[in-house]
Amino acid sequence: MIALEHVSKAFPGRGPEVRAVDDVSIAVGAGELVVLIGPSGSGKTTTMRMINRLETPTEGRITVNGRDVRDLNEVDLRRGIGYVIQQGGLFPHFTVADNVAVVPRLLGWSRQKRRARAHELLALVGLPPERFADRYPRQLSGGQQQRVGVARALAADPPIVLMDEPFGAVDPITRKGLQKELRRIQAEVQKTIVFVTHDIAEAFLLGDRIVLMADGRVVQDATPADLLRNPADPFVTAFIGEDRGLRGLQFTTLEELAEPAPGAATPGAMVLSGALSILDAGRELGRHGANGRHGTANGFWVADAGGNPTGYVSFQRFAATLGETVGASDADPGSADGGHGGVPA
Amino acid sequence: MEYLREHPDRVWELTVEHVQVVAVSVGIAILLGVPLGILVTRWRRLEGPVIGAAGMLYTVPSLALFGILIPYTGLGRDTVIVALVLYSLLAIVRNTVAGLDGILPATLDAARGVGMGGGQRLVMVELPLALPVILAGIRLATVAAVGIATIAAAVGVDGLGRLIFDGMRRLDTDRIVAGALVASVLALAADWGLARLGDLLRRDLRRSVGRG
Ligand SMILES: Nc1ncnc2c1ncn2[C@@H]1O[C@H](COP(=O)(O)OP(=O)(O)O)[C@@H](O)[C@H]1O
Ligand SMILES: [Mg+2]
Repeated sequence: MIALEHVSKAFPGRGPEVRAVDDVSIAVGAGELVVLIGPSGSGKTTTMRMINRLETPTEGRITVNGRDVRDLNEVDLRRGIGYVIQQGGLFPHFTVADNVAVVPRLLGWSRQKRRARAHELLALVGLPPERFADRYPRQLSGGQQQRVGVARALAADPPIVLMDEPFGAVDPITRKGLQKELRRIQAEVQKTIVFVTHDIAEAFLLGDRIVLMADGRVVQDATPADLLRNPADPFVTAFIGEDRGLRGLQFTTLEELAEPAPGAATPGAMVLSGALSILDAGRELGRHGANGRHGTANGFWVADAGGNPTGYVSFQRFAATLGETVGASDADPGSADGGHGGVPA
Repeated sequence: MEYLREHPDRVWELTVEHVQVVAVSVGIAILLGVPLGILVTRWRRLEGPVIGAAGMLYTVPSLALFGILIPYTGLGRDTVIVALVLYSLLAIVRNTVAGLDGILPATLDAARGVGMGGGQRLVMVELPLALPVILAGIRLATVAAVGIATIAAAVGVDGLGRLIFDGMRRLDTDRIVAGALVASVLALAADWGLARLGDLLRRDLRRSVGRG
């Protein structure tokens, strides 16, 4: 659906030019949610903005539905792509409802239909329309403004949505709710979403695929499970392991996470001590991955104090946990819905 | 005060003339200055020359400017109006540029991102958001124009300046005071009125621009 082929973007700077994006190739399939993650300044925003032509690549080609975006009318292209801007970017002189309904208005929907749609979306992002529709953005908190930004991007029901750190300013509890909501929408209507974040837990929770960027390049492009199974290099391991959001995982052990072993450990399979915290286990996996790789294994065994394998953790379950646990510490475990597996009790 | 009481009709007549000259001049200056300001923000190379020229014009003493213009526009209203337009341009152009420059980049980005074309961005987002600053420029220009227009009497154009000039010729302080007083009140009224208009317009535009 979206394809970036050897795309680079250089900004003219004082002195040498800044290569914000450097030979990036990414393919996003229809209905897929791809997360771009990386340190600040790694080129995530610029990469995203080239898709709806807010930036022009200096090299390479970007296609949407097989058509080079350069050949498309930029205004039509953008009306067909929802865009959640990093800093919110609401129109300060429009009410909340008018902000949400701006694309439908540009598309010529009737006033009535626009208003109904705006109300529907405000409810969806957890802002009761009867209280929020007629307010102005300055009367909202940063987190509420971001939610209006998300509603605006979805208003005209575009097949493609670009989201640049959409939940950055939202409080953790609401954020968790919005993440679940996004996943539900995603599962239901199969939008193609490019999602930028610097929160690794969010990436694990939402991403069908995670593209890790550094210095304008793609370091690794993999499913969450594969990112843990085969980290491309120590940078990936460090990035996964050092994230502050994952600190909470030092209090959950592998023993608690493990499911009953499907059988005896296969010879040569990885066995980790059940006393390891999930966070330490992540580091351990990274170390193995960096110099050995786990090859085709789908998970690892968990051993008791005597060294006997007593349980099994699939990489997929492990990855999901990294995402879920951090975000869900406040939510009830029973509500673990679909997608990436269960939440540890 | 004597004169005011004895000749209210004459004073009213001159006040109306005065207001007309100022209104026409500032009106023309808005029609020229706002587009010029927009042009400058689109084509930054124009900024130096345009603001520089407007600033230079602003420093020419009004009597001298009338003198320079008379060979082209003759003795009369045209000269006064052209001069007042030229004086008003600086504040209006400069404030239009400042108002447009003051809009948050994220807001402009969002306008492009949701798929507004250039004209839609201007009408739906940029001008409404720049309006308070543009209006402040118009206020400034209007108040200055009310004062400068008193000199119009020097080129034979009626207005409150007529009272001042006549008073000077006849050594009649009463007339001078009457002219000056009414001109001051007029300037204050314009200042206050435009401030109110700004409030109203802002609320109104907000409504109509948002809902379309
Ligand atoms: N308009 C611009 N002009 C010059 N440099 C820019 C511009 N936009 C981004 N950059 C630079 O490009 C690099 C990548 O920026 P960005 O894509 O915003 O990164 P991220 O979103 O990952 O934080 C940074 O070094 C940034 O300073
Ligand atoms: Mg960014």
